[in-house]
Amino acid sequence: MATAANSVRGNPTVPRSSFHGVRMPLRLEKSRLSPSVMRSPPCRAVSCTLTREPAAVKTEESRAGAAPRPDTFGRFGRFGGKYVPETLMHALAELEAAFRSLSQDGDFQKELDGILKDYVGRENPLYFAERLTERYKRSNGEGPQIYLKREDLNHTGAHKINNAIAQALLAKRLGKERIIAETGAGQHGVATATVCARFGLQCIIYMGAQDMERQALNVFRMRLLGAEVRGVHSGTATLKDATSEAIRDWVTNVESTHYILGSVAGPHPYPMMVRDFHAVIGKETRRQAMEKWGGKPDVLVACVGGGSNAMGLFHEFVDDSDVRLIGVEAAGHGLDSGKHAATLTKGEVGVLHGAMSYLLQDDDGQIIEPHSISAGLDYPGVGPEHSFLKDIGRAEYYSVTDQEALEAFKRLSQLEGIIPALETSHALAYLETLCPTLPDGAKVVVNCSGRGDKDVQTAAKYLQL
Amino acid sequence: MAAAFKVSVSLLPSSKSPRVSFPRPSFKPISAPKSFSSMASLRVAPTVGISETFSRLREQGKVAFIPFLTAGDPDLSTTSQALKVLDSCGSDLIELGIPYSDPLADGPVIQAAATRALAKGTNFDAVISMLREVAPQLSCPIALFTYYNPILKRGVEKFMSTIKNVGVHGLVVPDVPLEETEILRSEAVKHNIELVLLTTPTTPTERMKAIVEASEGFVYLVSSVGVTGARSSVSSRVQSLLQELKEATTKPVAVGFGISKPEHVKQVAGWGADGVIVGSAIVKLLGEAKTPEEGLKELEAFTKSLKAALP
Repeated sequence: MATAANSVRGNPTVPRSSFHGVRMPLRLEKSRLSPSVMRSPPCRAVSCTLTREPAAVKTEESRAGAAPRPDTFGRFGRFGGKYVPETLMHALAELEAAFRSLSQDGDFQKELDGILKDYVGRENPLYFAERLTERYKRSNGEGPQIYLKREDLNHTGAHKINNAIAQALLAKRLGKERIIAETGAGQHGVATATVCARFGLQCIIYMGAQDMERQALNVFRMRLLGAEVRGVHSGTATLKDATSEAIRDWVTNVESTHYILGSVAGPHPYPMMVRDFHAVIGKETRRQAMEKWGGKPDVLVACVGGGSNAMGLFHEFVDDSDVRLIGVEAAGHGLDSGKHAATLTKGEVGVLHGAMSYLLQDDDGQIIEPHSISAGLDYPGVGPEHSFLKDIGRAEYYSVTDQEALEAFKRLSQLEGIIPALETSHALAYLETLCPTLPDGAKVVVNCSGRGDKDVQTAAKYLQL
Repeated sequence: MAAAFKVSVSLLPSSKSPRVSFPRPSFKPISAPKSFSSMASLRVAPTVGISETFSRLREQGKVAFIPFLTAGDPDLSTTSQALKVLDSCGSDLIELGIPYSDPLADGPVIQAAATRALAKGTNFDAVISMLREVAPQLSCPIALFTYYNPILKRGVEKFMSTIKNVGVHGLVVPDVPLEETEILRSEAVKHNIELVLLTTPTTPTERMKAIVEASEGFVYLVSSVGVTGARSSVSSRVQSLLQELKEATTKPVAVGFGISKPEHVKQVAGWGADGVIVGSAIVKLLGEAKTPEEGLKELEAFTKSLKAALP
């Protein structure tokens, strides 16, 4: 395994069929195991069609040639899969079957679209950031044009609610009235608590004891929304431990409970399902770009922790080879400091929380606690599809430090009157490196994944104003 | 018993740091690990594999007693002594847990033990060094219980050859369900390691049959929906699950998760299990003892009480 990993890593352009040699045949047996899943059609994105007909959405035919991603085993190349205790396997199969059937259920789609429009506030704008664009103009007046996809304008202030709403609806269809979720900074916890209030579901949020202290305001918000917040004291008492504890709760209460996982991570079908629930971000972007300049974006930029906002933006454009996809990770105190969360840049392939992906781990295969000023990026793993896109060379991944993110936090506030989340600030910070290299008129879309109100206390400790 | 203690004490370095006590072995397969053991003469008999152990017990109408320990809690020298205590009290197979930072399938007791063991500096190499000394002195086989990432990090092939070389017979990997076992199974077979698979109350019958078919050594029946940890009673579902398993296979079935008392052990054996696995109760006993010596004494008494409840 490790040998295969190294050889592939050394050659990012290896076509993905070459990964398949890693797997060995057990396929017949497996198809016998879960016939309902095997009979289902290949992965199809949940469409979140809004009020108008999309102007430039790709047709199904144009994608027909490409192999489904993930495959029926939940694999993105060698990444992904289902590495969970046996107790959960049946629930995962059931979840996948429900997801695939609901993605073709007109009533479900209609209900979801209605809620996204009237409750979440979609569609949100693709905003031309004029003064930010001005900043990156070169002395001859040339430079790229910067647009922001305004996920920060969603209800609860971030993209997270797209997924939380859809999974809550799915849980209702599965007849599960008890919802659990993990949270780091509290954004996914707040989104989950919000939708549980909206749908009258019991809600339990697992949060590291250390994070509860750092994000006391979000703990109060979740409780105000009616959720029970359970502090996790095991391990390092942060997001990875909260995730482990949520999985343990699910193992114990799987028959009555749905787990709303908050990122494109975890066992199959979560990486696919969460991506598809966020794919509305990229779909709207394509249509809005067509309206605004009659073309596609040239570069997409998004921050990556687990990677849900980035996958939501990228997914629509993965097959458009002329669109550059750039993910920005948290370099914390610096890549060589040992205190960072740059999983794709510095990690090694392994298994965490149910999926094979890049991970921060030590020589013994123990998970290393990451660091980032942004609690939402402070995760030692990353969604398996990002690992895949990195290995095949389709997406590029870079990192910026806490300090660079703080500067971008202040910059967007002062140039555009938009206070971005510290997570989003990482994507914005990378513009400093990226923009000087882009040709005149290049259209850059940054996913403005969340608003920064939640971060002002943290930022106040570092910024002298 | 006392003799075993004296032997083990004189065998092991007295240093408290396992990193220091056990030199890092190289990853080269060790050709004759047993020959340099000064205590080789103490070996009762060459240990047999797990399947073979179960068939011998079955011939005698006996049910296997399978204790679980977390390696390195409170420290590796206590673990090595505990292995000898368990062996001399009549354990038929010992499951040894490798401490991991994110043990998804474990309840609070084993999580805490793993955290303590890691904080003490326990690592895979140190556990292997300990086993290289102790395994030859045991009459029962050892199965390692480890999460997948530490195996992957080492490389599946290298991991298998390393554990085989120190005398490990079996392997349980709780976060690798049937679909993901292909590489593990083929490497395990190559190295003559018996890869034990788990089936649970939520596993549909058809799937259970496929698991049973692929499992080596024995079939691990998880007694309840949940993580490891003591429970006040054993679910009566176990009885019907055992019946279903017995209809599907002639392979031995051992029941684990939540079994913590002599009456549990007796009940499960009465329902037709071929083995019973007791984990958290033993781990708790060693972890909460005031001193390792006290813990080992309690371990001996507890093990004897469990063993006495079995046919």
